[in-house]
Formats: sequence, structure tokens, C-alpha cells
Amino acid sequence: MSDIQYIDGKQPHQREHRLIFKNIDRVGWNPSLDTYRNDGGYKQLKDALKWEPKAITNEVKKSGLRGRGGAGFPTGVKWGFIPPNNTKPVYLICNADESEPGTFKDRYILHQDPHQLIEGMVISCFAVGAHLAYIYIREEFPEAAEILERALEEARNANLLGDNILGSGFNCQIHIHRGAGAYICGEETGLIESLEGKRPYPRIKPPYFPAAMGLYMCPTIVNNVESLCHVKHIIQMGAEEYAKLGTPRNTGTRIVCVSGDVKKPGYFEIQVGKMTMGELLNDVCGGPKDGRKFKAVIPGGSSAKILRCDEKFNVSCPPGTEKREISFEEIPLDFDTLAACGTMAGSGGVIVMDDSRKMSWVLNNLNKFYAHESCGQCTPCREGSTWMRKITDRLVAGKASPSDIDTLNSIAYQIDGKTVCAFGEACSWPVEAMVDKFRAELVSETSEDNESIAHSAESEAQRRFLQPQG
Amino acid sequence: MSDVLNNLVASPQTPGTKHYAPFAVTDEINAQADKRIAQYPDDRKRSAVLPLLHIVQHEFGFISSDSIDWIAGKLDIEQIKVLEVVTFYPGLRQTAPGKFHIRVCRTLSCAMGGSYELVEKLCELTKTDLSKMDPHHHPIVVSPCGQYSVEFAECLASCGTAPVCLVNDDFHEGVAPDMAGDLLNKYKD
Repeated sequence: MSDIQYIDGKQPHQREHRLIFKNIDRVGWNPSLDTYRNDGGYKQLKDALKWEPKAITNEVKKSGLRGRGGAGFPTGVKWGFIPPNNTKPVYLICNADESEPGTFKDRYILHQDPHQLIEGMVISCFAVGAHLAYIYIREEFPEAAEILERALEEARNANLLGDNILGSGFNCQIHIHRGAGAYICGEETGLIESLEGKRPYPRIKPPYFPAAMGLYMCPTIVNNVESLCHVKHIIQMGAEEYAKLGTPRNTGTRIVCVSGDVKKPGYFEIQVGKMTMGELLNDVCGGPKDGRKFKAVIPGGSSAKILRCDEKFNVSCPPGTEKREISFEEIPLDFDTLAACGTMAGSGGVIVMDDSRKMSWVLNNLNKFYAHESCGQCTPCREGSTWMRKITDRLVAGKASPSDIDTLNSIAYQIDGKTVCAFGEACSWPVEAMVDKFRAELVSETSEDNESIAHSAESEAQRRFLQPQG
Repeated sequence: MSDVLNNLVASPQTPGTKHYAPFAVTDEINAQADKRIAQYPDDRKRSAVLPLLHIVQHEFGFISSDSIDWIAGKLDIEQIKVLEVVTFYPGLRQTAPGKFHIRVCRTLSCAMGGSYELVEKLCELTKTDLSKMDPHHHPIVVSPCGQYSVEFAECLASCGTAPVCLVNDDFHEGVAPDMAGDLLNKYKD
């Protein structure tokens, strides 16, 4: 590994541990099959095809790999949910609909190292018994779709895909399916509906757990791009070695994407839990911009609850030990501690805001996103996301009253937990956390005088109707 | 297609219309479509509705009512099942954009990096009326010359190099508002 050179200015930070991103920004690297094979690529596939499929699933379970798309669910356990007496075809879907604001890791894998993904996918297909797989890629990645298309063609020509792969008797085909700009297609059952050619309205769980009733009502495994790439490395290193990376229950490496108000934003592959928030933001990302101070951070994609940089948390750190008070800077970047701090590691998208940002403006930007992306299937979310957007619209316009902040909060709690899919939480958590942690700032931008303003033609008419005549 | 459906898929002319050929089925389009349909199990042709819509939009700029008829026929489904998909996805449009369609990321990290200012600058330089933009019903504004159109996109997944945009299929990162002119210069004819 030591002879790998990286492009000037894009060298990994010394605190990084590159596994998945080993070939990203590498000198002399390109996405072709030859380059990948010269570097030892597809060796793990050849090995894996000699295993018992069950043994691969067990190895992934043993490695402790947790899904990198957002929920952090153990990948091997997910695979184990396929009914044992199943007679239907099994499908595998790679979720490459990367669209959680703040997240930009899959983009680089798809553009620069597509064969790593394909190798991980074929191994995973073999493990779960899938002979047909799809890569659901977002429409806004047209170049990546072309690169993948070419990579798949190369793989087919080299018998790494198709019938009797490398003489093993295993058949597997992968196709690309492009989305069309809808965030909800990142939700696995919405994605499946979209792949079936319908509007991507998520399905209710239970009973529609994809592993039992997924694509075409057949058992289906949906995994994130990064998770599928990890499978290759688990086979390469062995579950035990892999699990030594990171911390117990939070194993391996993960890619953290930092954006917003830091000196050096970017993507960093770190061992899970081995770096703290303070180390990431101050050492790796160069700290705040000159003359500024960190104010707030969204730690795991825009749906994760925001954290104040002056907050203290009373949590078990490391997990399993006695509770103690830790500062924001001391939070280790893992799944469990972030959850204990009331937020989530999510998709690894860290968005940083410094003291030049108004929280009303930040919240309004996110509310616009969620109001635009709600699929419209469940009433609380369809109506509520738009109401929340309207309230923050008038907050930033200086037309909100103090009671609007309470209304905002109450709408959020009426969406949270009352919808078919997790979008309800995704759109209400930012509001709940923002009101909880920055209430004073939000209220300071309102005025009692605004209580009597009508905000629409309808409310004007209502007011006139309710007012006593004369 | 019935009158009711026709009204729903009416595609009003825009200054960009002249840059796109009217929908027509050629052997090449048919072959492309058949290749996509073959990616799905035989009895699941409906899955190919998005791929076919992408072929149409890529070739003809937008989804016209004729193309909906064609896709419905190819997949043996009712036109309404194609239309419901067209009207759901923000990535599918029913009117012609400009010859160069610019999609600027609007979401948090890019907005912090100046994407709203970038859109204002692009509209100013192309003499496009930004006030006509309505995120829900009328997301695309076309320049009077028909050469350019501007739209806000939600997170384009490159937050570390904000602000970013797509011009047709080309991705551009780190496009500060004062680089709007340079960007447009790359797309002249």
C-alpha cells in the first residue's frame, strides 16, 4: 500500500485509513477493468465463489458491518432475513441514489472505482443467491451511469458477469436503472416501487420488508454502494481482521463527508469511532474559517438532528461504560455514541455552520428541501412539510410571531412517527432539534406585532369572517 | 390519447423548442428501447418506463404526449401509467428547456457557498426572468434567445465542492457566483 501515490493536493490525511477509497485520486488510476485487475482486483470474487454462500453471509455478520446508507443496520443480519424456504427468485439492488444533503461519498466510488462496487455486488449476489441485480443510480449522475455501463460491459466480456462466472457455475447479471430526481427513491421500498415502473410511494413495513416481499414481491436485498464495497474487503481481510478496525459494535472504516464552514471540506475515510468530532473538524478539516467560530453541526446528513458546538452530553463513552459528561468535541464518530447524543451517524454527511449563519435561514433551506421531496402519500408529511416551509419562509422574511415557533414544533411532532416511511422523521427531526436547541435565536427574529398579520388570502378571508361586524 | 389526458400533457412552446426535433420513432430509438426493456423479466416490462422516458427526454428535450403514447404502446400499459410517472419526478419535464439546461444545486451546503447568487448571476447574464420561476409548478426558466435555461436542483451530492451545477450532462464544481460568465462561455453554440 505504501507505494500508492495520490494526486497533488488530494493526498489522504495521515489520520485516514483508506480501504474503500484506496484508489480515489490515485496517480495512474482509471476506472478500467485492466487497471483494477492489475491491482489485484476480482481476486476476492474468485475466492468467494469457492465458499458456501451461507459462509459468506456468516462472515459478513461476524465482521459487524453496519449499513452505510443511513440506518446503520447490520448488513449480514439483513441478508439473513430472506425466508429459508423461499422458492422465488432473489434480487439484489445497489442503492446508488445518493441524495441525502451533505453526503457525497458514493459519487467518487462510482466515478473512479466502479469495479470495486461490481466485485462487491457479485460476491453479495452469490451470498444471497441472487442471479439478477440492479444498480439504482440517481439521474443527476449521468457521467457515473455511463462509466458504470462501460464497466459492466467490460465485466461481461471478461466473464465476471453473465453465465457460469469464472467457471464456478454461478450465473449473475447486473443492470443499471436510472432514477429521475426524487429523494424518496433512496428509501428502499420507494426505490423498489420506482424500479417496478410506478410512482415511488414507499410501502408499509410490516408486511413489506424487502427481504421477504421486495421487487416483484420477491425477496430483495437493498444495500448502499459503500456497504457493498465493504463486502469485498471483508472477504479479503477475513471478518476477524476487519472487525479489528474501528471499535466494538462499530467496526470497519467509513467515509465521512465534510461540507460547509470549514477550511478544508472533503471526504475522509476513517476507522469508525476512532476519531472524535473535534479531531475531525479541527485537525483534519483545518478548523473554522479565519475569524469565525463553529456554531452548529449536522453530523449525519441533513435529516440528522443538529448539534450545538457548545453542548454537553451525558452518555456512555465508549459505549458500554459508565455514563459521563462529554463535550461536543469529544463525541467519537460512531453509530452508538451519536445515537446516545440524540442524533445519528446516518450517511456520514457532516455539515458545519459557523457563527455567521442564522439558524432560521438554515432551517428554511432544509424545510424547502423536504417540502419539495415529500412524495405526498401520507397526509401528515405531505401537508406538514409544506406548512413548516411556509412558517420558516415568513420567519426569514421577518413576518413571524413568537407563537409560530410553537406551531412549527407542534407540526413536526405530528409528522414524526405517523407516516409510512422514515421521511416523516427525516423532515421533522431538523425542525424539532432546531427549535429545541436554538429557540431563543429563532424567537428573537419574531415579533408580537406579527400575530395579527394574515399570511394568505385564505387567512385574510377567515379573519374577516371571524371578526365581529361593524 | 383522449382529450382529458391531452390537456394534462399539453407542452406549451418555449423559446427553447426550436432546438429540439419533434418526437419521432426511428429504428435507433426503437433499438435503444428494446435493449432497455430486455433488462427486466419478461412479464415486468413496466419497469422500463423510466429508462424509456430517459431515452425520449435525452433525444427530444422533453416528454411530449406523442412520446407517452409510444411508451405506453411499447410496454403494453395505459398512457395514464406513463403520465403518472412523468408528473411525479422532478427530473422529467414536459416543456422544452434551453439548448443548454443549467441545474444549480439549491440545498444547504451549496446555498451556503452562494448557489442562490449564482442563479441570479446566470439569469442576469442570459437576460432570463427569474421571477417567473416557481419551484413547484414552473421550475424551469428559459432565456428569451432559447439558448439557456436555469433550474434549481436539490442536493447534487458534491457538497464539499459547493456550489455545483449540471449543464446538460456535464458536472461543474466550485462555481462561485463570479464564475457565471466563464461557465456560460463554455456553452455558446
